[in-house]
Amino acid sequence: MSRPMTISEKILADHAGLDYVEPGQLVEVKVDIALGNDITAPIAIDIFKKAGAKEVFDRERIALVADHFTPNKDIKSAEQVRMLREFAEEHAILHFYEGGDVGVEHCLLPEKGIVLPGDVVIGADSHTCTYGALGAFATGVGSTDLAATMITGYTWFKVPETLKLVYEGELRPWVTGKDLILYTIGDIGVDGALYMAMEFCGPVIERLSMAERMTMSNMAIEAGGKAGLINPDEITEEYCSKRAKRPYKLYKSDEDAQYARVITYDCSNIEPQIAMPHLPENTVGISEIGTIELNQVVIGSCTNGRIEDLEMAASILKGKKVSKGLRLIVLPATPAIWSEALDRGYLRTFLDAGAVIGPPTCGPCLGGHMGILAKGERALSTTNRNFVGRMGHPESEVYLASPAVAAASAILGRIGSPEEL
Amino acid sequence: MKFKGQVWKFGKNVDTDAIIPARYLNTSDPGELAKHCMEDADPDFPKKVKKGDIIVAEKNFGCGSSREHAPIAIKAAGVSCVIAPSFARIFYRNAFNMGLPIFECEDAPELISEGDEIEVDADTGEIVNLTTGKRMKAQPIPPFMQELISDGGLIAHILKKKSL
Repeated sequence: MSRPMTISEKILADHAGLDYVEPGQLVEVKVDIALGNDITAPIAIDIFKKAGAKEVFDRERIALVADHFTPNKDIKSAEQVRMLREFAEEHAILHFYEGGDVGVEHCLLPEKGIVLPGDVVIGADSHTCTYGALGAFATGVGSTDLAATMITGYTWFKVPETLKLVYEGELRPWVTGKDLILYTIGDIGVDGALYMAMEFCGPVIERLSMAERMTMSNMAIEAGGKAGLINPDEITEEYCSKRAKRPYKLYKSDEDAQYARVITYDCSNIEPQIAMPHLPENTVGISEIGTIELNQVVIGSCTNGRIEDLEMAASILKGKKVSKGLRLIVLPATPAIWSEALDRGYLRTFLDAGAVIGPPTCGPCLGGHMGILAKGERALSTTNRNFVGRMGHPESEVYLASPAVAAASAILGRIGSPEEL
Repeated sequence: MKFKGQVWKFGKNVDTDAIIPARYLNTSDPGELAKHCMEDADPDFPKKVKKGDIIVAEKNFGCGSSREHAPIAIKAAGVSCVIAPSFARIFYRNAFNMGLPIFECEDAPELISEGDEIEVDADTGEIVNLTTGKRMKAQPIPPFMQELISDGGLIAHILKKKSL
């Protein structure tokens, strides 16, 4: 028996050892990569020990990335990272990153070829869905699920229904993958894809760079999605073939696969988007934003900390100055991105503009450190969440946007478009 | 398995940063996390909440991060169960894994007010508002899941089964 399947269904079926699966079916699947960070892995390690486990299922299939509160912001954070380090040493974990090796996990793992197309990836971090951009089935789980997979190499899933999102038309100037995903979340809401796999398709997606595709998949969770996949193509191959150190498989949705719902967007109507406090679904087009003055702009994170993002920001900031009194914080997401931004002169551009350039870290995105907001302060950020208190004081505000809008806003001192410069 | 307690009400899309702000995630100690439970939604909540109290919220409770600290904080604060029309996917799974019972009930936000006393029957999914007499139905919790909850979560449950 066989039926047309979506990319999610195909990956899950193959990893469950089945010919086909359908939405609602419970399956036990082999996991290719299991990920934890300095916040979530300590709980998983505790559980691993409590469960009496002696060995991890595969020392080459676990990634421990100390990226959230690093460089360690306080004693407790340092203790958490030490737990990761000691566990990694004890079990000879191949992919353990800290110090000068660490990058923001969802930028680092694809960049190093650790996650690949066709993989099943679980991560104790909700933005694990980023790898859907490579054509992998990747989803966030809790620390308990991570611990179980670290022991067994397997996890269970309910096969999700798929929401197909088709992007047609031509992108307007300064409209990026970030704007498309913010627009989508604004349309369907923060629970619009609850329990579902999202599949981003259409001619616009086929033309997007890997960086912008990763930005879109990254924010699938902000619509409640379990995963956010893009069918792999030449752009995926070009990105992955030079990075992969193991074989991988390109799965693609069948033409006649079944979807819970199909939504088509004409991108010609979409302008740069801003998500207003305090939910990613509170989106408005930049033309409707009015005057919103800012204290801080952050460019970085697993959503928009890649070299393409910095390139766009640098092209706008070149020869310009950050508005007086505004703090611009730029966090290249990995050491390789940092190095390339240095070689290409972007860091010089940021520095001359008056920016603070930080290390690769999640830091301010989750109100950890390196850019915390005081009461009443307002930031525009290229990150993924603008919940109450997300970047600091519960009475501060976070607005989400693309690196282009972020760079322009840093110069203007208020939320604005590069076209105003 | 029955839960009886006084209700604290919250709105829709209560996110994991509201449940436990990330600034406190430099520890996973349940007692420490409980001190800041729901703090950014209601700063006094950690002081007001009593053992056995119940949280009733609107749709999409627990959206955002995958942090297991969220159900840990709620449970450690003494909350006996959470009721909402829907839960974010990762939170849903984490809650059961941590032994925090949650119930999906469409009518709860409408038929239950802050301060009401309610009783929830996990076997039948029946919720009775003891203050108003109104009744409503939630998704029951199957016996194996109730056992997992009373054991204190997935890992405690597995360890208990292993030692039997």
